[in-house]
Amino acid sequence: MLLEIKKLKTEFSTKKGLVRAVNDVSFGVDKGEILAIVGESGSGKSVTSLSIMGLLQKPGRILDGEILLKDEDLLKKSTSELQKIRGNRISMIFQEPMTSLNPVYRIKKQLLESINIHMNLSKEDALKRVVECLRLVGIPSPEKRMNDYPHQMSGGMRQRVMIAMALSCHPEILIADEPTTALDVTIQAQILDLLYDLRQKFGMAVLLITHDLGVVAEAADRVVVMYCGKIVEEAGVKDLFTTPRHPYTIGLLESIPKLNEDREKLYMIKGMVPDPLRMPKGCSFSDRCEHCMEKCREKMPTLMSVENQKVRCFLYGDSVEEK
Amino acid sequence: MSSEPLLQIKKLKKYFVVERNFFGRPTATLKAVDDVSFEIYKGEAFGLVGESGCGKSTIGKMIVNVYYPTSGSIIFKGKDLISLSKSERRAYCKDIQLIFQDPYASLNPRMTIGEIISEPIRVNKLLPSNEIEARVLYLLDCVGLASNYRNRYAHEFSGGQRQRIGIARALALNPSLIVCDEPVSALDVSIQAQVVNLLVDLKKEFSLTYLFIAHGLNVVKHISDRVGVMYLGKMMEIASKKDLYEDPLNPYTQALMSAIPSIDLSAKKERIRLEGDVPSPINPPDGCRFCTRCFKAFKDCDKDQPALLEEKSNHYVACRLFDK
Repeated sequence: MLLEIKKLKTEFSTKKGLVRAVNDVSFGVDKGEILAIVGESGSGKSVTSLSIMGLLQKPGRILDGEILLKDEDLLKKSTSELQKIRGNRISMIFQEPMTSLNPVYRIKKQLLESINIHMNLSKEDALKRVVECLRLVGIPSPEKRMNDYPHQMSGGMRQRVMIAMALSCHPEILIADEPTTALDVTIQAQILDLLYDLRQKFGMAVLLITHDLGVVAEAADRVVVMYCGKIVEEAGVKDLFTTPRHPYTIGLLESIPKLNEDREKLYMIKGMVPDPLRMPKGCSFSDRCEHCMEKCREKMPTLMSVENQKVRCFLYGDSVEEK
Repeated sequence: MSSEPLLQIKKLKKYFVVERNFFGRPTATLKAVDDVSFEIYKGEAFGLVGESGCGKSTIGKMIVNVYYPTSGSIIFKGKDLISLSKSERRAYCKDIQLIFQDPYASLNPRMTIGEIISEPIRVNKLLPSNEIEARVLYLLDCVGLASNYRNRYAHEFSGGQRQRIGIARALALNPSLIVCDEPVSALDVSIQAQVVNLLVDLKKEFSLTYLFIAHGLNVVKHISDRVGVMYLGKMMEIASKKDLYEDPLNPYTQALMSAIPSIDLSAKKERIRLEGDVPSPINPPDGCRFCTRCFKAFKDCDKDQPALLEEKSNHYVACRLFDK
């Protein structure tokens, strides 16, 4: 495993009480693999990625767990050690390409920043590397465009610049937090193709965080479905879309309008995500679940193996998670 | 669906001046909507799709009188809204309501839900004040919210609930046309399905007509009867949803359809890769707006913009490939 997360617990202390945003989450990403984390807002997917990068800000804090990058625990590193890793071995791209680029610097300067920090290159070679990265992500005439300011570029271009920046130091793993949510479909298709190509070329692992199951189906190898801070299902992409197991995953897939079928009504998951301060006692999906049994309201199931998949649901077994 | 058009858009244009010279003369204009015509029939849901910057929201805003068109006409129930005086227009506008994209920004944080929903009734003096309460309760019930919510404030609600409040407010005046501007794109998937189903139910119950503006093609397909595809201020194709999704004629529509990520893994299709970005609407390409990115472009495509012509029955397309 390239990156392994073990029993990660993240907590936010608010005026109204403690919120467990990520609750006992474990998964791993292999070299050259695209792992998608899907979930709705409040499921803890973004907090997980920020925890990995060590970018979690107060009032959030990591309670417990390990984040292993090739067996080194990132949580035990000092800030300066982390800075050597961030942008170098792990890098991240964000949802909103406009707000994550600095509007007052030319993109050349912004790309040079991480190259200068992490790679020991002469001025000339560093500039060459900038051009190379921009060309790699498909920006036409990069020698000219690197002198542009972010506002001179379109949304898709800016996201490409962000990816170029993330790639500049040959990271082993790229964390992409909703990389295409702010983009149009035709541009989204371009960016997904680009991520796919880069993975093929460099064997880079990608942790793709998204709420869009369509994007997952197009790009990912393996999928982790999160709900209320817990993993509810983990499966290969084929298995997840052909035999979804958890009632939540099944509901999500059903509720998307399909292009090749007509129906009067869409399937609905009833209710809404519970208030994180008032979580149900047992399974966090129990209030919305069609198959809810008595014990679902009392106890939380563990993540159980069913064939090639892992599911957290009493429909597939009886093992109860200890508090 | 009747054969009577409820709303007719004719040669509608909206130009924004983005730059003026020293003497105040415009030197650069953004053609947000450029010569667009279509009709919406009574009782149908007309979907308007396109990427950002194609002008779909601008059309919606012109219909509800937020923007004043540069030229063209908007004929609603046989009257041209553009030529009406302000007070006459106001009477007509009661009949057209809007549902907004962002349920967080479109509700006043200082008003209770009851006040928000009753405001249009009070402003338009639709009901005597002793009947307003009952109307609010009825509307809350229609959109599936509990009656005791009327004394709460918007921040106490989740995104999906807020969108329901926005829908109740739009229904308050008994409109015949509702312009839905991206009503579900800010919501989570499981909540999206709830709101889409609600919109479908309400359409039947109140015999509404929808102009459904969205970029999510699968949601548009679910809710619409006919769909128009826009690109850079021009209408590229109009057809019934069945024709459009099964047999798209315009290359842009074809590319758009193939770019939708599908969750059906068995139906893996060859994706049409579009090169480059959408050109700037301030300086759009000569000729067909799509010619710079089109994979079927030939030499005449950059000469002039093709007209929207009926290629098959009720299937209109603007593309040189279908010129005779």
